Amino acid sequence: MKSLLKNRLAWPVLALVALLAVNQIFRGDFLSLRMQDGHLYGSIIDIMRNGAPTILIALGMTLVIASRGIDLSVGAVVAIAGAASCAYIAASPEPASPATAAVAVVIAVVAGLVLGVWNGFLVSTIGVQPIIATLVLMTAGRGIAQLITDGQIVSVTNDSYKAIGAGYLFTLPVSILITAVVFILAAVLTRRTALGTLIEAVGINPVASRLAGLRARNIIWIVYIFSAFCAAIAGLMISSNVTAADANNAGLYIEMDAILAVVIGGTSLAGGRYSLVGTVVGAFIIQTLTTTVYTLGIPPEVTLVFKALVVLTVCLLQAPKARNLLRNLKPASPLRTKEKVAV
Amino acid sequence: MSPLSTVAPPTPKKASAVRHRLRTGTRYAPTLATLALFILMFIVGAGMYPSFLSGQVLLNLFIDNTFLIVLAVGMTFVILTGGIDLSVGAVVALSMMVTATMLQNGWNPAIVILSVLVIGGGLGLLMGLIIQYFDIQPFIVTLAGMFLARGLCYVISLESIPVTDPFFTGMAQARIPLSEELFISPGVLIALIVVGAAFFILHHTRFGRTVYAIGGNEHSAMLMGLAVKSTKVLVYSVSGLCSAIAGILFSFYSLSGYSLAAQGMELDAIAAVVIGGTLLTGGVGYVLGSVVGVLVLGIVQTFIAYDGTLSSWWTKIVIGGLLLVFILLQRLFTRRTS
Repeated sequence: MKSLLKNRLAWPVLALVALLAVNQIFRGDFLSLRMQDGHLYGSIIDIMRNGAPTILIALGMTLVIASRGIDLSVGAVVAIAGAASCAYIAASPEPASPATAAVAVVIAVVAGLVLGVWNGFLVSTIGVQPIIATLVLMTAGRGIAQLITDGQIVSVTNDSYKAIGAGYLFTLPVSILITAVVFILAAVLTRRTALGTLIEAVGINPVASRLAGLRARNIIWIVYIFSAFCAAIAGLMISSNVTAADANNAGLYIEMDAILAVVIGGTSLAGGRYSLVGTVVGAFIIQTLTTTVYTLGIPPEVTLVFKALVVLTVCLLQAPKARNLLRNLKPASPLRTKEKVAV
Repeated sequence: MSPLSTVAPPTPKKASAVRHRLRTGTRYAPTLATLALFILMFIVGAGMYPSFLSGQVLLNLFIDNTFLIVLAVGMTFVILTGGIDLSVGAVVALSMMVTATMLQNGWNPAIVILSVLVIGGGLGLLMGLIIQYFDIQPFIVTLAGMFLARGLCYVISLESIPVTDPFFTGMAQARIPLSEELFISPGVLIALIVVGAAFFILHHTRFGRTVYAIGGNEHSAMLMGLAVKSTKVLVYSVSGLCSAIAGILFSFYSLSGYSLAAQGMELDAIAAVVIGGTLLTGGVGYVLGSVVGVLVLGIVQTFIAYDGTLSSWWTKIVIGGLLLVFILLQRLFTRRTS
């Protein structure tokens, strides 16, 4: 039992189970699933579907944070990807054809990759702190998205495009399947090859890993490109789900949710260790929280307060100092004060 | 006087004196570059639009940005220690909501302002304590603080609440004449007092020196016996207090409380501080630089307002571009000094 609680995933999983249990108690049919018109329905499916963009972005963010970085620009990338694809579809001669949708997806993904290359360039080649390097795109990105949509909300009518965010495949929502594919891709790439270890090495000590003959620069580049790629896919999902691109509000504060998901999932912002499964659990916690608020009949406007308190509680439970405090009921020794952690 | 000229290679003769000047020059260089940019933009603006040259345009930059100046002052303290405060925009909104609601319920403006200051400072103190004593990254704690403050705004009201209190409307309309044609608002005076106080605290008190020392090297500061812990907690209280003051100034300016107000203002504040020459790693920077940073952001907006053909989103793109230029500039200078 004790060793089980020491597992980094123990607290997040417990928190998620507790949240689900609360929902089940207040609404008896919460955990039940049913088939309707060949589609799987249920609150759990809803949570997964609504949380898909956050999970995606959080996966990219996990690797960035593991390399001791942070990517604040994902929300802006979401807006740009959605704006680019919708603007293309709206302007094309055949706005309803599947081919148009396919080109739009390619455009969005390429835009995401380019933005990732840009972030990676600033961080790895120029050596700018990640938080500032990505702040540039976070600030300018929404302006660029508005430039693409000309400040309007661009709506599109294209069934193939709509399928990305709102369609079903093999009885499951397409967005969940896409997220699952990206998760498996990320997991295989980082856990079945050396890439994960290399990212951790860069996160623990970039200088030492470079001296050890590791191309730290390329590793950093890869994580930012992957993060922007995830954000672009999430942007497609979000714009497809509402069949419109809103440069102002698409993906607003999603970077915050993603970072919280990563931290709740047990990845330290100090870099070096990460858990993709933990991130998924963290993202589920955040999405379930929102649902719980509705289930409990709490006014929706309280969601943010609720979120803040849960986040603080989970962070406190994970903080070594707080755990020591709980264990010994005396303050931790000052000698163990951790050295300064760069945000 | 181009600030870039200070990085010219030193002549072999009198090397030490030149190097000394070079080193101090480098320290001020990013801030001076910002100031030069501001003056340049003003001159270009005057060339393009004759009415730009009036002193009132310059004063309006202060009048329209009082709250951002105060926020940037608080953010400078936090960033100088190597931390960050993401909650400031939400705390501004919360302060406005509390102000508007309390005034609507007939409270005395003095008590309202005092309560808002206590709430803002208290929130900052709380975040500082969590950051310091539980060793959680400032980024996460202030992010939670942002959610909390924004959430409390929604809890108070989703609607915009008008402010009709005579003291507040009086402050909103009051003009302090400087000459026959020029005037400032009382808010500008308050903002300048905050800037003056911050300047004094940072450069002439033990607390201020400790702030710089922590940003330089926290371990060394601790080994030197400086009050690292309490200082780190206090900077977040200072930032919270500044956010509350900014909220009151914003209430003077907009005469309402709205839960969606000041969205993304934390980014503007951070951008102003960075453009003003403060290093995000801490230890280097000036509060006056942050003020110039705010003025640069303000003049970008004025430009776009004057132009008329450019849409508002160009503001964001230009600010992002400026941020980039100054980061690269900083990178250049820090590489040279290290």
